Formats: sequence, structure tokens, C-alpha cells
Amino acid sequence: MIEEIVSLQMPVEERLVVRKNRLEPEHAGKNMKRISIVTGTHGDELNGQYVCYKLIEKIKAHPEHLCGIVDVYPSINPLGIDTGSRGIPMNDLDMNRVFPGTDSGAMAEHIAYKITQDIIGSDMCVDVHSSNIFIKEVPQVRLSPENYDKLLPYARLMNADIIWALSASVYLEASLANCLNMFGVPSIVVEMGAGSRITRTYARQTLDGIFRLMKELGIWSGSVEEVKEPIVANTGDVSAIHAGRSGLFILEDAEIGVNIQKGFKIGKIVSPLTGDVLEEIISPKDGFLFTLREHPVVYKGAIMARVCKTGDRAETAFASVKGGEAYV
Amino acid sequence: MYREKLYSLEGIYREEFKITGFRFGHGENSACIVGSLRGNEYQQTYICSQLIRELKKLEEHGQIAGNKSILVIPCLNQYATNIDRRFWPLDDSDINRKFPGHIAGDTTQQIAANIMEIIKGYSYGIHLTSFYMPGKFVPHVRMMETGFQNPSLANLFGLPFVVIRKPKPMDTTTLNYNWQMGGTSAFSLYTNCSDYIDDVSAKQAVASILRFLTRMGIIKYNNHSGYIAEVIDEDNLVPILSGAAGFYKRLFEPGRTVYRGDVIGEIIDTYSGEILDRVISPTEGMIFFAYTGPTVMEDAVVYKVIRRLHE
Repeated sequence: MIEEIVSLQMPVEERLVVRKNRLEPEHAGKNMKRISIVTGTHGDELNGQYVCYKLIEKIKAHPEHLCGIVDVYPSINPLGIDTGSRGIPMNDLDMNRVFPGTDSGAMAEHIAYKITQDIIGSDMCVDVHSSNIFIKEVPQVRLSPENYDKLLPYARLMNADIIWALSASVYLEASLANCLNMFGVPSIVVEMGAGSRITRTYARQTLDGIFRLMKELGIWSGSVEEVKEPIVANTGDVSAIHAGRSGLFILEDAEIGVNIQKGFKIGKIVSPLTGDVLEEIISPKDGFLFTLREHPVVYKGAIMARVCKTGDRAETAFASVKGGEAYV
Repeated sequence: MYREKLYSLEGIYREEFKITGFRFGHGENSACIVGSLRGNEYQQTYICSQLIRELKKLEEHGQIAGNKSILVIPCLNQYATNIDRRFWPLDDSDINRKFPGHIAGDTTQQIAANIMEIIKGYSYGIHLTSFYMPGKFVPHVRMMETGFQNPSLANLFGLPFVVIRKPKPMDTTTLNYNWQMGGTSAFSLYTNCSDYIDDVSAKQAVASILRFLTRMGIIKYNNHSGYIAEVIDEDNLVPILSGAAGFYKRLFEPGRTVYRGDVIGEIIDTYSGEILDRVISPTEGMIFFAYTGPTVMEDAVVYKVIRRLHE
């Protein structure tokens, strides 16, 4: 059943509408578990659109396996997605920095409030992101340090390549996932791919994780795929590599999602005017390359790659990143 | 006065990105005034330019107090200003949501961290800033309620209002919040506009900063003592929402008294020209904020009113 969570009339002809699709068993029971799948917070992140489509398609194909409520929110920033804008087009506000919002606030806060209130009551929320147009990511789960222990068992089911904790949660205080966690809705953030495109392999990988999670929660009784054993990053395992110079980034033979050695040449920053190589981008350690620069124009400080040391897969510590905080 | 390149970033297809500061006086870091962090905060840069002009004259006449120094940074986002964009042009990120920054972080985090490094340690910090909605304010000084705020100091600007805002999660990455957490008495100064020049309000802002610097013993200057400010808790401002969407006609200006039942705005059908809805004041008080966009969405905040306050 499609419901309108927010409906605001716009000046000429149309409404701004945030919709969700509620999927539930034909004969709904009492005390059914409920999961919310949210995406489209940033208008340039599209993998979640494909995830929603495939998720609903599979549930509709096998409604007999649905034992709980699945609320799908494909686009909580519909104008952003429609215009290819990361933020809210009218004011460039980042939708993921205005939660939990207020009922009487300006538009973004009002929308955030309505969405937050609608999701509260869910037993789990998965917030699906797709990096941005600058950076490509392998499917990964990012957890806040405050909820790390509680959420790690669920994160492990998400079929991600890597799980890591953000060390600077200050930047994410006003994010949807953080606010929902504060309101008692366990929420995990999935990142994958790059902005403005769909990477179907990553989206399918995440979809398998969602079904595995739903199975665990008792929302899905159908068969599910075996999920990957993720790398769980330890303190100090993740290193971010930043551009030391401004210029044009040229990727060498690096491929995301593979193990590389210390000294591996990921790429170089060059000057298109002088023909000079300004900087070589070199891996500082052996490890798993899970973040890679996608957009070639870089300013000093731009994140070029992240590498996670592999080996012991301890389960409880945080990945303390030297530089290069990640955002969702 | 001396002009100093405080920070630079190598350009690729553009000239170097620079943050330039103007220092007055010598000695302890007394006051730092920060202008536009967003490219379209033209009024804020303009106010700094007028302040620099005044401070230069004062310094030439020996009116900067001994062992006191002032730093003015008019524009901190030249790349956006020069191409009429609000945020960092390459990735559209808002530098005023990147504080305290990270010296080894992404580009705008590095810029924020470098700004923080430059401005930390000043006794008083004044940030000229803007609201993200198109609108006019009554001029005011805003402080975050961090536990370190000092409304009686904010009163010394002599502006009509001091607003205390309880920080929301979205505020914790702003310059004001982090400046204050770092031990500087930080104030955000709002004039009535940002993306155009308003000379009257700019003069008022310059006068209020000079008044504050005088009262803190940083400069020697005689000026009007200004207002004894009304201190307002932001949560006590009454938001008034549009009841419909369409063309928006604002009928009241900031600073004006309204009474319960006054028609203070009209929303007009974008095709028929008929009045769809009237914005009616639900309370008596003074207009603090007025939305100025040509069109309005349903349920948008079009006014904020200070309840039971009169001109």
C-alpha cells in the first residue's frame, strides 16, 4: 500500500510528496516485526532506487514468505533525485543534516520530522546510501561508535565487504540513522558504489543482505543467500589517503574491492597544463582497497582512497581513521 | 593595518584559493571578525570591507588600544563568491557545516580546520552570517547555548535583540558553536539580508561591532550607545506558516508590531491571481523574521514573531 508521508503544495501545479510503500502479509498478525528501508536522502545517490525496486519485486513475487511489515521509502528527498541534486534543490540543504527536524520548522526540518515520526516504531531501519559523484565505495556498513556493539550483529548480516565505525560522529549527529538510533530504532547505514549511477552487482549484494536481515528478524521466511563474512575493521586498520596536491587524478591499475600491497601505485595527480606528475598516490599499507576516487578533478585534501588492513578480524574495536572522515 | 595571506590552496583551473586577513593593532589576540563563509554572503563581506575602512582610520589616529589586536577576514570562500554560488563549488559542501574541521580531512574540512587554527585563541569572535531561507531579520546577535554563552556580553553590541539558540545536532558543526567550545566568546551577527547590499543595515552592523570593541576596551571610539537588547530564547519565537502555496505577498516588515488577527501576508494563485489564503497573525508581538521569496510552498515558515513585544 502506497502512503503519503509528507505532502506539501508547491507554488505551481504540483505537490512535494514523500511516499512509502508498505508491504505486509495478506493476513496481518499481531506483534509483527517491522523494518524500514530508507533511501534517496541525497539526490545523486541512486543505488538505493534499484534496491527498492528489486526488494519490492521479490516480495511481490513471493508474498507467502512475508511474515512482517516492510516499509520502503525510496526517495525522502524526491526533488533532489528528480533534479540530480545532492541536497534539497531550493536551498542546497543536506537532507541528512536536518534530522530529527521539527513540526513547525522550515520545509526541510518539517519533512525530516514527518519521516522520523513515521519510521519510529520500526524494529530496524536500513538507510541506503551511494557515496557521491566523487568517491566509489564497495558495499559497506558504517556504524556510529555509540551503537557499535548493539548493531554489529545486524551489520554482519548485511552482506557487506567491510564494516567500520565512524570515528567522528559529530558530523553525523543530525543524520537520519543517528537520530533513529537515539529514538530507539536500531538503524544501520549502508554505502555502496558511486553517485549518479547504479552499480547493479553492489545493489544485488546489499539486497541479499537485506533479505538475510529480514530473515533474522522474522520478517521473511523464504530462502536467502549465504552472506559474505565482512572485514570488521579494528582500531587503526583504516587509512585514508588524501591528495597532497591539486590537479587531475589519473587512476593506474588499481581496482576497488581487492587486496593491495604497501607501495602499490593507485594513481597519480598530474597537471594537464605542464604535463608534470605532481604526486603519486601510493598505498601506505597492505590491505583491502574499499574506497577509490571517482572524479578526476581533485583539490588538495580530497580523499583518494581508503585501505583497510586485513588479517585478524576482531569484532569490537573502532576503525580510527587518520584523516578522511566519511560522511553519509 | 597589514594585509596577510592566512591560507591558500593550490588551484587547478583557477587561480589560487586564498583567505586574506587584515590585522590592526599589536599584542594580544583580542577580537576576530569573520565575514562570508558562503559565496552569496555579499552583505557580510561588504560589512567587513566597511569595518576595515573604519579600523584603518582609527589605527592611523592611534585609537587601537595598546596590546590589543584585531583580525578581520572578509571573505573565506572566494571560489564560490566569484561564480555566484553559495557553497564550495566542486562538491557543493557548506564550510559552515565542517567545523571544527580536520587538518588531514577532505578539502573543505581542511579549510575549516585551517580557519579554526587561525581564529582560535581570540577573546572575542564575531561571525557575520546568514540564514538559509530567503528572508529579512531584525538585526540581532545570536549565541548558542553551549554553557559558555554570555548574553550580557552580547548586549554590548547595542543591537535591538540578542537571541539565544539551543544547539540542535545540525548546529554542532558550525563556526559559532566550535569557536565558543574552544573558549572564544563567539557571536553571530545577523543583519537584515545577505545576497544583496543594504547600506543602512551594513552601517548599523559596523557601528555595533565598533561599539562592542569600544566597550571591551579594544578601541577608543565614541559612538551612540545603541539599544539595551531584548534577550530572546529562540524557542519562544512563534513561527507562522503559510496555509497554501502560490505567489507570496509580504505585508509586514521585520520590526513592526502585529496584533492577533492582523492579515500579514497573502498567498495568490499562480494562475488565476485570486487570493488563495491570508496569513493571519495568531499572536500579538513584533515581527522578527519575514520570508521574502516571490513564491511560497505550503506550510513554509513565513514569519517569526516575538510574542507580546511591541515597537
